[in-house]
Amino acid sequence: MGEPDIQTSNWRLVEVGRVVLFSSGVYEGRLATIVEIIDHKRVLVDGPSSDKDKVVPRQSAALSGLSLTPLVIPKLPRAAGNGFVKKIWESEGVESKFAESNWAKTQGRFAKRKQLNDFERFKVMKLKKAVRYTPFMRSTNLPRNVALGF
Amino acid sequence: MTTVSDLSSAEPVPNPNTTTIGRSSGPPTSPSQCRQRRPRSTTLRRMTLNPRRYAHHRDGVLEREVPIPTVAGASCCPDFGRLDRGLRLEYTSSQKFRQTQRTPTSMANSAIPQTRKTLHPTKYRESLKPGTVLILLAGRFRGKRVILLKQLTGGALLVTGPFKVNGVPLRRVNHRYVLSTSTVVNIEGVDSKVIEKVSEEGYFTKGKESKAKGEEAFFKQGEKPEKKQVDSGRAEDQKAVDKALLASIKKVDNLSHYLGSSFSLRKGQQPHAMVF
Repeated sequence: MGEPDIQTSNWRLVEVGRVVLFSSGVYEGRLATIVEIIDHKRVLVDGPSSDKDKVVPRQSAALSGLSLTPLVIPKLPRAAGNGFVKKIWESEGVESKFAESNWAKTQGRFAKRKQLNDFERFKVMKLKKAVRYTPFMRSTNLPRNVALGF
Repeated sequence: MTTVSDLSSAEPVPNPNTTTIGRSSGPPTSPSQCRQRRPRSTTLRRMTLNPRRYAHHRDGVLEREVPIPTVAGASCCPDFGRLDRGLRLEYTSSQKFRQTQRTPTSMANSAIPQTRKTLHPTKYRESLKPGTVLILLAGRFRGKRVILLKQLTGGALLVTGPFKVNGVPLRRVNHRYVLSTSTVVNIEGVDSKVIEKVSEEGYFTKGKESKAKGEEAFFKQGEKPEKKQVDSGRAEDQKAVDKALLASIKKVDNLSHYLGSSFSLRKGQQPHAMVF
């Protein structure tokens, strides 16, 4: 029996400064930070994006409609006003950091898939088939994503 | 309403083949008199139930006794079997129908059935433009991706495979049984004269009337079906149209392979969520 390797859990905590993503509702797909925790179900949220289509006005949001991201704005003062949050949001580069993450990239991939027209879907099917029949892919038994490294 | 006492009076028995209007104060000689005697709703009901009795109102002149035609075939109602369904622009708005003055004459006219249905020119979807790639959803070539050449009348579209690519010939197809995609092929080089010729009425229906029906077909049941004779003129038209099309298709990568393949729904695909 080997030595157990105990690690503390690394949860994403609901805390002031946590960057959240709206998973449903009017602001679906938009980022915001937790500015204050109202109660165990609701948080005060603010998303001062520079892009007009991605702004989340300051409001209370139910945690059930939010997804916690791994990003945190460190040392954000509790109940900070909109102007201050906007300043820190831009200096931290929250949106660009999120765009680099795998989460954002997968989102983009699936969004693109939904927008493919019939002809494009056909071309994708042809490309997938082509990859499947390369000598490399034919020689491995690994799943495609593992073999190709994504 | 006739009662027993009426029958025993000295009045002559009314001739069942004539109609009389009113009883006591003499025949009405103008529409206004008629209106005063009887409520309009009653008149309308009577006219609707007995249009032939009130046929004489059509001329605007009210006669005391009008013989109801008893000869078979001589009716004042239009032939129900063959109501004229051509484009009748004057009745396009049902409003106009309702606005006609409710005089006894016009009420009699409206009691005689007239068709309110009008044939409007077909309104095709915005996405059905010449050159669009369509997916046929029904019929012999269901699932095939074809190129739209022209909008015909009556809801029909003229499409072609092209024939060499997927076996679909110059064909008419109903616009409602078709999925239009956003892919458009350049059909500029296609001979417009040939397309005009193909779009003519009767191009596709010419050879069909001569089919044997009835007794001949019954006797022919046991025999092998005759092979369909393709008109060589049709094949020539097909080639003429497809020549330019194939050239422009070859310019786009994968397009001929795409047109040669069939469409089908795969697992997890939802048509309402898909972009075509």
